[in-house]
Amino acid sequence: MLLSPALAISAVLFVLGVAGVLFRRNVIIIFMCVELMLNAVNLTFVALAQSLGMGGQVFVFFVMAVAAAEAAVGLAIILAVYRHKQSVSLQNMNLLRDG
Amino acid sequence: MILTFFWIFGVIAMGSALLCITRKNPVASALWLVVTLFALAALFVLLDAQFIAVLQILVYAGAIMVLFLFVIMLLNLGRPGPTDIRGPAGLLTATVLAGALLLLLRPISEAALPSSIQLPPGTVLALQQQQGIVGSVANPLFDAYLIPFEIASVLLLAAIVGAVVLAKRKL
Repeated sequence: MLLSPALAISAVLFVLGVAGVLFRRNVIIIFMCVELMLNAVNLTFVALAQSLGMGGQVFVFFVMAVAAAEAAVGLAIILAVYRHKQSVSLQNMNLLRDG
Repeated sequence: MILTFFWIFGVIAMGSALLCITRKNPVASALWLVVTLFALAALFVLLDAQFIAVLQILVYAGAIMVLFLFVIMLLNLGRPGPTDIRGPAGLLTATVLAGALLLLLRPISEAALPSSIQLPPGTVLALQQQQGIVGSVANPLFDAYLIPFEIASVLLLAAIVGAVVLAKRKL
């Protein structure tokens, strides 16, 4: 009964996350948008677990573990880059661009 | 009744996610993301995943978002400055790509699950009554998913070591 609204809400949240990654330049906000996408997928897992068994809820566990690891390492990288460039804007991270 | 509450919390989640990606100030962005996470926890409760909802609030809204806010404060990004939102060309590209993705994802929410793979209705609720809400998640976690669970512990250890190495100025 709740499956299709849950899938619709999760699709909208995922698309909002993708849009945020595409039109922001602040690395920390892009990072938060990635978390938003992970959460949208979690909602899909939980909604499908209702009719397909508890495996979906167990998977949310693993997604949360990976998200926590990703947040710790990613924010450490942002700190290291900020110390080097004094900025968190993607505009200033163009070391690989030619010219 | 449940469907009404589901849509109320769903609209709160989507609206605060929209505010999260459009606020200029990173602190405001992070706080709107916390609202989204709380609304998602409410959706998890309505979908019979009470334990996951508690974890969502403790781990996501608690630990991960505090880490984000901590880094924002540490880098002193709360002060007003030039906007980081891309110009009209970038905004148009992002809107078109996001709209195309939404069109691609739309059929998923209308698809019906084949009845051959569905459990009989009420199976999950019966399992939760029999084993408890935590037990019904913990039993598969420590049984069928034991090896992924152990691998996740190695991943977390690697993340801790990696974060220390990256954030330290000199070892």
